[in-house]
Amino acid sequence: MTPSRVAFAAILAKDLRSELRTLQSLPAMALFAVTAFIIFRFGLDRTSLSGSLASGVLWATLLFAAVLGINRLFVAEREEGGFDAIRLAPIDRSVLFGAKAAALIVYLVALELVAVPIFAIFFLDSATALGPLVAVLLLADLGLAVVGTLISSMAVNSRARDLLVPLVLLPLVVPLMIAASGATEPLLALGGPGYHRFGTWLMVLGLYDLIFALVGWAVFDFLLED
Amino acid sequence: MPDLQEKAAPAEAERPAIAVSGLRRDYGDRAALDGVGFELAAGATMVVLGPNGAGKTTLLRILATLLRPSGGEVLVLGCSLPKEAWKLRGKIGYLGHEPLLYRDLSGRENLRFHARLHGIAAADAEARIEGLLVAAGMDRRGDDRVADLSAGMRQRLAICRCVLHEPELLLLDEPDSNLDAEGREAARELIGPGSGHTRVVVTHDPERFLPEADGVLRLGIGEVAAVS
Repeated sequence: MTPSRVAFAAILAKDLRSELRTLQSLPAMALFAVTAFIIFRFGLDRTSLSGSLASGVLWATLLFAAVLGINRLFVAEREEGGFDAIRLAPIDRSVLFGAKAAALIVYLVALELVAVPIFAIFFLDSATALGPLVAVLLLADLGLAVVGTLISSMAVNSRARDLLVPLVLLPLVVPLMIAASGATEPLLALGGPGYHRFGTWLMVLGLYDLIFALVGWAVFDFLLED
Repeated sequence: MPDLQEKAAPAEAERPAIAVSGLRRDYGDRAALDGVGFELAAGATMVVLGPNGAGKTTLLRILATLLRPSGGEVLVLGCSLPKEAWKLRGKIGYLGHEPLLYRDLSGRENLRFHARLHGIAAADAEARIEGLLVAAGMDRRGDDRVADLSAGMRQRLAICRCVLHEPELLLLDEPDSNLDAEGREAARELIGPGSGHTRVVVTHDPERFLPEADGVLRLGIGEVAAVS
């Protein structure tokens, strides 16, 4: 058996190299997020947002931008025979799940490096909340990545992939979005960041991540069967 | 102990590389394969013939552990499928209709990726990749993106990918497809009868492959498979 860390690094490096070369996912995700912020800015006719409204605008935008990347996560594996190549190799197939989730986390972090500063410029009076917001973003990214990888691997074999991913993914990430919005709301409160129930929401995010990471790791092998 | 070793060695040598009996594979209500059986000795070549839709590719994918049989017994290199499929991975070189190469990576990058998946050390992998690219006549185009290569060049790269990890068993589906005369010669060197592999070759070109065959399996639609 090939050591899992070697296979993990090979698949992750391959995915990142392909994305850097073709830019098939990241530009679309970033463009969607920026466009959504512009629409919110003029649609709400507000130059400043705070509390639950600011949190809702941020997470709704990041979630739907993430769906664009999740949709394409396994397209190369399906269309270019990557699934077969990985099934023929002496590796633990769950490594593919881990590597794809890691690639998705990289995409989401890259998206947020563009989208969150623009969100702050458009809607926030001060950038003091951005520091603690990093913890919420990272925990939510992990949750989106593990659930997104699982759903994407199931949907990729369907011709209705673009419909199936949001249809199955969105209900599953409702608890994640509630926790992420709940943790973000006090950080973006009027008058500066607060930490009311911040720790509780972070724990909910962490628990969600753990459960879905374990479920994904356990069932992914069966999803690759014919 | 010496007695045991002496007895074990012939038994190992006599064990067929592939033993299939009563193999069935269904797609919904339709049986793609039904009652297929054959044996293939280690180092031998089996040519599989049959019209479109006879189940040739299905048979190859079952032997490659990419499809589960619906019934029957399949023993490949001593491993019972599908139960022991995990033991076989890395021992099979599979050349299917798709080259299993990523279009946005170069030939070399693809081969490096496959080498890492098969746990080949980086230094060994580089030497093997260069040797294979030279043998396949692809050394000068190895850094081109696969998307920019012709179908024949992709097939040459796919052959390199197929033997990169030095498999024991080759499962080849139309190995000469899209190859020119020079490509066929390179393919003969890498995956031909002189390469020392046990081979199952699916083909629509019996004239080309029958002279290399130790056995022939003829699959028909709705007919019992015939072995000769």
